[in-house]
Amino acid sequence: MSPVELLGRMLAARLPDAARAWLANGIDRCNAGIADRDLYLLMSGVSRHVGKESLALTAAELAAASASRPGWDPRDWTLDQAVRVYLLCASTSDGALMSGRLDRLCSAADIGELVAYYRGLPLYPDQPRHALRAAEGVRSNMRVVFEAVAHRNPYPSEQFNEAAWNQLVLKALFVGSPLSPIVGLDRRRNPTLARMLRDYAHERWAASRPVSPELWRCVGPFAAGPVLEDFARLFERGTADERQAAVLALGEAADPGAAQLLELHAPITPRAGDSALAWERLTAAGT
Amino acid sequence: MRFIDPHIHMSARTTDDYERMAAAGIVAVIEPAFWLGQPRTHVGTFIDYLSSLVGWERFRASQFGIRHYCTIGLNSKEANNEALAEQVMDILPLFLGKEGVVAVGEIGYDDQTEAEDKYFRAQLQLARDLGMLVQVHTPHRDKKRGTTRSMDVAIEMGLDPGAVIIDHNNEETVAEVLDRGFWAAFTIYPETKMGSERMVEIARRYGSNRIFIDSSADWGKSDPLAVPKTARLMIERGIARSDVEAICYRNALAAFGPGGQFREEDWLTRQPRDERLLYLGNSVLRGQEPRVDELPAIPEFDERQIVK
Repeated sequence: MSPVELLGRMLAARLPDAARAWLANGIDRCNAGIADRDLYLLMSGVSRHVGKESLALTAAELAAASASRPGWDPRDWTLDQAVRVYLLCASTSDGALMSGRLDRLCSAADIGELVAYYRGLPLYPDQPRHALRAAEGVRSNMRVVFEAVAHRNPYPSEQFNEAAWNQLVLKALFVGSPLSPIVGLDRRRNPTLARMLRDYAHERWAASRPVSPELWRCVGPFAAGPVLEDFARLFERGTADERQAAVLALGEAADPGAAQLLELHAPITPRAGDSALAWERLTAAGT
Repeated sequence: MRFIDPHIHMSARTTDDYERMAAAGIVAVIEPAFWLGQPRTHVGTFIDYLSSLVGWERFRASQFGIRHYCTIGLNSKEANNEALAEQVMDILPLFLGKEGVVAVGEIGYDDQTEAEDKYFRAQLQLARDLGMLVQVHTPHRDKKRGTTRSMDVAIEMGLDPGAVIIDHNNEETVAEVLDRGFWAAFTIYPETKMGSERMVEIARRYGSNRIFIDSSADWGKSDPLAVPKTARLMIERGIARSDVEAICYRNALAAFGPGGQFREEDWLTRQPRDERLLYLGNSVLRGQEPRVDELPAIPEFDERQIVK
């Protein structure tokens, strides 16, 4: 089943009769080739017709979502968001038309709409075409909009170049947003990002401000030479979470110096079996 | 006591204002679409302005624990540029259905020109077609006649008076507005329009039925704490507490509530979902929300709050 068909099925199972009829009519109009202006009017009234309750998907539905579109994780979606993405996807399968409509919709969107359009990124036709739109979402001052791109969304890790990706991760730390919901966080680690994150940590230390322990997750594989001094500092002066982060991060370092540091400071710390899970626990503890 | 300021142009105000308003007990505001002090020359700047009312400004308010709503419309001053007004009329429907848009407004007359009349009528028609409330700006000059005319035209266009808020009233206009079944809002301005002292007398004379107050604070000299300050004065001068609550909170809710977008539960209950709207995750209320039965303090302006 395609992701869009799946969305239709999820919604049909949840919407009350009146809202379902309204949506069916909207989908018919979209399938028939809706005019831009009519689509914008349809979109602007979505929340009034279907409400903003959580979609509250079952485990089986979430599994079906990620089977139909790898990395797609709509667990936080609400009814209005799902309806917006469903209507938009039904309105065209042409990437250029979709991109133009997204620009226009976003230029007149309220916050809830922006979140929906950015969460829908992994489902739009002609995926590479929407990278600038996604980067615009990352630039938002509104954390909820930023997180619509950054969290539980496979789009950035698939389509962002290294510079855009690195900005996304750094910005997440800046605005106090957790890293573990970022899809592809481990796969897209790179030396430049590690350097940027260390510079950021040094700035925070200089100002006597706390540093998120999650930061070290993206530094671990590059822990060698002077980078090890940062980890030594974590062991010597860090919080319990920071020491735990250092253990997890150094576990992924290839440099023999990293192993020595671990041996020195955490000889009896059991190695985490599933490091992603351990990082998530650290995120939960920090928020 | 909780307060609503149902007419305030927050886009023109500072974060210090938001902090003081929250501390003084203001829980919700309505920002009418108006002009920016000088006329706009392109429809694009209207689009960006209206989109900031449903987007950024609402988010900014949420950072201070205040719920932000807006009204959307073409104001009377800028209706006089007809070429531009036509383009603005075309884009209004894109915004009127957005979340938190509580009425068509603020619309009405300024110089009472033919162009103003044309677009006032067109927007009344839009409100009627969409089943929306209307927030009417009454003119500064020739106010009494302009107010009467606004109501005449609203009725002529088929609007129910109970769905129309007539704003910027004074002693000369209020009786007719109430007699004809419209809502009567008063703007408390330090020097023009209506002062707090005069408002106390109006409350004494007309009671609290279908009357409420706002600050209309904007980029000019005005006071974003006008509603709580006037409430305090009314209590001090012996107006019954239930009347003060009606004038400073309940009536605005009753006037704008029927549109379905202005709901008390929005600010009385905090959904987990809403918490994610908060930038850096912190609510600015921080336990400052006053108990319902007490009158919150009016905060002094504190220079030390400026940390730049």
